[in-house]
Amino acid sequence: MPKDGIGASTKRREDIRFLTGNGHYTDDINLRGQTYAVFVRSQVAHGKLNKVDTSTAAGMPGVLRVFTGEDFAAVGGVPCGWQVTDKHGKVMLEPKHPVLAQGKVRYVGDAIAVVVAETEAQARDAAEAVVVDIDELPAVIDMKAAVAGGPLVHDEIGSNLCYDWGFVEENKAATDAAFETAAHVTTLELVNNRLVPNAMEPRVAVGDYERSTGQHTLYTTSQNPHVIRLLMGAFVLGIPEQKLRVVAPDVGGGFGSKIFHYVEEAFVTFAAKVVNRPVKWTAQRSESFITDAHGRDHVTKIQLAMDKDGHFLALRTDTYANMGAYLSTFAPSVPTWLHGTLMAGNYKTPLIYVNVKAVFTNTVPVDAYRGAGRPEATYQLERVIDKAARELGIDPIELRRRNFVQPNEFPYQTPVAVVYDTGNYQATMDKLIEIADLAGFDKRRAESAKHGKLRGLGVNCYIEACGIAPSHLVGQLGARAGLYESATVRVNATGGIVVMTGSHSHGQGHETAFPQVIADMIGIPADSVEIVHGDTANTPMGMGTYGSRSLAVGGSAMVKATNKIIAKAKKIAAHLLEASDADIELKDGKFSVAGTDKSVDWGSVCLAAYVPHNYPLESLEPGLEETAFYDPSNFTYPAGAYACEVEVDPDTGKVKICSFAAADDFGNIVNPMIVDGQVHGGIGQGIGQALLESAVYDENGQLLSGSYMDYAMPRADDVPFYTVDHSCQTPCTHNPLGVKGCGEAGAIGSPPAVVNAVVDALQRAGHTSVTHIDMPLSPSRVWAAMQA
Amino acid sequence: MYAFEFKRPATLAEAVTALGAEEAQALGGGQTLIPTLKQRLAAPAVLVSLNGIAEIKGICTDDAGRLCIGGGTTHAAVAKGAGAYPALAALAGGIGDPAVRNRGTIGGSLANNDPSACYPSAVLASGATIVTNTRQIAADDYFQGMFTTALEPGEIITEVRFPVPMKANYQKFVQPASRFALVGVFVAQFKDGVRVAVTGASTGGVFRWTEAERALSANFSAAAVKGLKASADDLIADIHGGADYRAHLIGVLTGRAVAAC
Amino acid sequence: MPKVTMRVNGRQVSGEVEGRTLLVQFLREGLEMTGTHVGCDTSQCGACVVHVNGAAMKSCTTFALDLEGAEVKTIEGMAAADGSLGVIQQAFQDHHGLQCGFCTPGMVMSAAALLAENPKPTEAEVRHYLEGNICRCTGYHNIVKAVMAASGQDVSAIAAE
Ligand SMILES: Cc1cc2nc3c(=O)[nH]c(=O)nc-3n(C[C@H](O)[C@H](O)[C@H](O)COP(=O)(O)OP(=O)(O)OC[C@H]3O[C@@H](n4cnc5c(N)ncnc54)[C@H](O)[C@@H]3O)c2cc1C
Ligand code: FES
Ligand code: FES
Repeated sequence: MPKDGIGASTKRREDIRFLTGNGHYTDDINLRGQTYAVFVRSQVAHGKLNKVDTSTAAGMPGVLRVFTGEDFAAVGGVPCGWQVTDKHGKVMLEPKHPVLAQGKVRYVGDAIAVVVAETEAQARDAAEAVVVDIDELPAVIDMKAAVAGGPLVHDEIGSNLCYDWGFVEENKAATDAAFETAAHVTTLELVNNRLVPNAMEPRVAVGDYERSTGQHTLYTTSQNPHVIRLLMGAFVLGIPEQKLRVVAPDVGGGFGSKIFHYVEEAFVTFAAKVVNRPVKWTAQRSESFITDAHGRDHVTKIQLAMDKDGHFLALRTDTYANMGAYLSTFAPSVPTWLHGTLMAGNYKTPLIYVNVKAVFTNTVPVDAYRGAGRPEATYQLERVIDKAARELGIDPIELRRRNFVQPNEFPYQTPVAVVYDTGNYQATMDKLIEIADLAGFDKRRAESAKHGKLRGLGVNCYIEACGIAPSHLVGQLGARAGLYESATVRVNATGGIVVMTGSHSHGQGHETAFPQVIADMIGIPADSVEIVHGDTANTPMGMGTYGSRSLAVGGSAMVKATNKIIAKAKKIAAHLLEASDADIELKDGKFSVAGTDKSVDWGSVCLAAYVPHNYPLESLEPGLEETAFYDPSNFTYPAGAYACEVEVDPDTGKVKICSFAAADDFGNIVNPMIVDGQVHGGIGQGIGQALLESAVYDENGQLLSGSYMDYAMPRADDVPFYTVDHSCQTPCTHNPLGVKGCGEAGAIGSPPAVVNAVVDALQRAGHTSVTHIDMPLSPSRVWAAMQA
Repeated sequence: MYAFEFKRPATLAEAVTALGAEEAQALGGGQTLIPTLKQRLAAPAVLVSLNGIAEIKGICTDDAGRLCIGGGTTHAAVAKGAGAYPALAALAGGIGDPAVRNRGTIGGSLANNDPSACYPSAVLASGATIVTNTRQIAADDYFQGMFTTALEPGEIITEVRFPVPMKANYQKFVQPASRFALVGVFVAQFKDGVRVAVTGASTGGVFRWTEAERALSANFSAAAVKGLKASADDLIADIHGGADYRAHLIGVLTGRAVAAC
Repeated sequence: MPKVTMRVNGRQVSGEVEGRTLLVQFLREGLEMTGTHVGCDTSQCGACVVHVNGAAMKSCTTFALDLEGAEVKTIEGMAAADGSLGVIQQAFQDHHGLQCGFCTPGMVMSAAALLAENPKPTEAEVRHYLEGNICRCTGYHNIVKAVMAASGQDVSAIAAE
């Protein structure tokens, strides 16, 4: 067993460069002859674009060219990668999203023109001199107003309702009927607050064009360079893949926001050819706020029907989901297939009906943000269960346990299409109770009371679907891409290995964790394996990293390729050992003939593959390099139970997170240290959503929280140390590693825990009318709730 | 940022001359001005850095017992060196973050007079005097509404003189994003009465809460302000809290400040 | 264009800059030292923190010309001459105090400033001191732990958290 194999908390090798200032992020790239792009953006949320006068700007110092919508009239719009079909069988409305605005602007931040100049400062000066003539139109910001006859965001599609999705439509009548006869119905209306992803590295794109070969290169802050190459090359600019290379070097966090194909990427690629110089665009943070796809933004009414003992009988929800002004790459899938399919949660609710109206508004496009749909599902479900428990006078943990899918009921077919392969929700709950020391809560509460603070406890469960996704299934559901992953494993002549993966690491530590898997499989040190990712020129077509899919899907592709390597290596070893390959065993980096002491080491076999002097050339090709594509047969279903304790200051409404505990089941674990870190980060973001963060628009469509002056990011002193545990493991049954994915769990499971805790604190303090407070639970909101 | 000429005089006199130029502006620590310049909300032709002028930095006590802080003194230096006035030192130590405190100055903060800034409350509650290159201005005359002061163009804050109260305390309730004061209350008890200054709350900038001053002058205890409610008129209402909430916080923080004295 | 001279990581450097050139631009573009990052335009994220004359400062909120003759230290100057990690850097690696690495240069520089002032900070002191450094990846748990470990404190109890 190698020391850095599966299960070892191997320190991250990528840290060395990040810790010494040697990271290689996109903004660190400066090409010879590089020019700079600065965008002229709409300052109004909605308007008719009459004229863009670039004459002054074009003549300013250093300016090479000013681009407007007209320059892009002949190219495609930025495509949407998922087509949802609504409850009437009608496909969603899909307006064109031009690279630069044509005829109309639709949100504050919409790109109108771009100046390309010798220096960034010159481009910025000239951008200010572009004169934009706009007739401002009334903006529509509120989703319900938008579908109730508000101004049309896109005149040509005739409606602001992108789709009206019902799931599972066949269950609707039965679900409604169950509500008629149920002993108890709990209803909750809530808002899942709109968030700005805020990866700390702002987006950057550098376009380069080699005239002699016709080769385009785009360096971009992306979680999935192949996806960008496909979308931009095929749909926007018409560049064939062999002429387009997309490179995503070190990327400073993504959280979903760097999945999508953005207009700036298409712009720099296009402009580099026109000006025949490299073109660089770097977002300023204030620009990120109004151009990075936002997350969440659901308004939901959820109802839970129960029998007199609290058994769940039926669940129905009505959700308005904001799409913003255009459909971002995966936007339509988030409130539907990533949300409706998770509404069963960890529970046996026989009947579920989910209605989602996706709505266009004059706001920044909304798309997947850490968790994507699953946090929205978990939040409403776990909040309504908490409310139900209070109404029924049943302990909230007991109510959950009563309705859990039991350990012996897997695989479990939910009424919302998905089949959970494994899980043990009782076990994670038991573990949570232990690690969060729930038994000691009353004592801690009394201690808080001594200091005049109201302590509360919030507990909840979550389940998510990761390892995205079986291609044939998502194809039926409207995905316009496959969701497999790929790996090429190249063994070198002296036994070292390079893995070229379609997955992309932007903080997840693939360079460290992936080699651990191979080390384990072959029995060689992990540091003899290198990972290459992020460059379409030297990695096989892969779909990238999001949805906690890298190890479950990308890792599985790597395992598949490595198995091919091992199978071939065994044949070589068999030849060298003059045995049958069926008798060859690989252990600790050594091939031996079963039952004998004959063996040959890994290095000798690799050398033989490349120096095939003594080699079965008639039956085996030389070389040792294999590629595999892995398409999962199901999602994976990480699940767990979370607990949060808070103290509320009764005088000011300020909430302090006293403790946070997470008991997760991620199946098998490759690097526990990295898994802990992923959970910590997710919890931090979840606490941010619950207490601090909110993208707030005024009625004119101006983003009021458009900088860190008003958008509250969680800081070190907003959060405690977290208690995390992943010792409950029910391995995934359908991927070779038995892994489930851990990247989003923290962000999915934590918001309801925090809100449940605050409501609990207020309830215990006698504010019995407070059954819900919408996130973020800012001091002023909590205080106002206490006044009611 | 628009382009400008950068000057870094070594003496106050040179700075005054430099600031006489057309469209010249002083640069203190830059912790407010530089972000403003980045947004292109200011367009000075000449930026005159005060950071090289030793004579406007430092902390001392004058013959009247006042704590005198040079206009170019950083928040960090005040946090460390204003031991004679602990509440003031604590206030300075709570402005922004360490990197901001290492660069931002008291003169810059007061010249800027952000309605959510901390220093204005200390200056007003202490009845401090603002000394410039041309004159002395009493705190009560200095603050003239948000981002507005009695300073003339080109006038440099060279020193701030703080009478040291018998007891004082500053309570800052942070706005969760910017971490400036959502509401901040500075209470200072002098022999001849109590002064209470409130920042963060009013559309008119820092102000004195005279009802509380009267109550506390009569009886310096948290109980004395318990029932007192600040008026919500003219208070700031924004995404972080309404006027009512701010009015409520003024009362809570005043009580806490007194209790902490 | 005016010229500025300063010492960066012990090396005398000079270059022509504009009045509006920020220290971070001088470092990243002028000196091609891209370890120092820019994460915001409102002086709040701390990705750009460096030391100027020993004190932590935001290089995005300081003009290069205001630092004539100053001693500047950046993340590139934190490792030993042979490239091996310094104590704080090593603690960040040991305790997984970074994920995407973008906030990391500023975090390390702030942590170094903290430990210079306060060699054995409590958890609360670390959290408070890092108020001006935003990290989106780690939830801060392992950053705080790493800083405490770098100060020589036993953090094994936190590991169990
Ligand atoms: C992240 C962050 C957090 C902050 N948090 C807080 C907080 O919690 N509380 C708080 O009070 N402040 C806070 N600030 C603001 C900070 O205190 C600034 O330092 C201060 O407001 C301005 O001081 P400065 O020296 O940086 O001035 P500059 O930014 O250089 O200048 C500000 C204005 O003052 C003028 N000026 C500067 N010096 C003088 C002088 N001596 N005489 C006359 N005019 C002068 C300038 O021309 C300019 O108009 C924060 C700032 C940041 C970036
Ligand atoms: S770049 Fe964000 S504070 Fe300097
Ligand atoms: S490690 Fe990514 S922002 Fe901190």
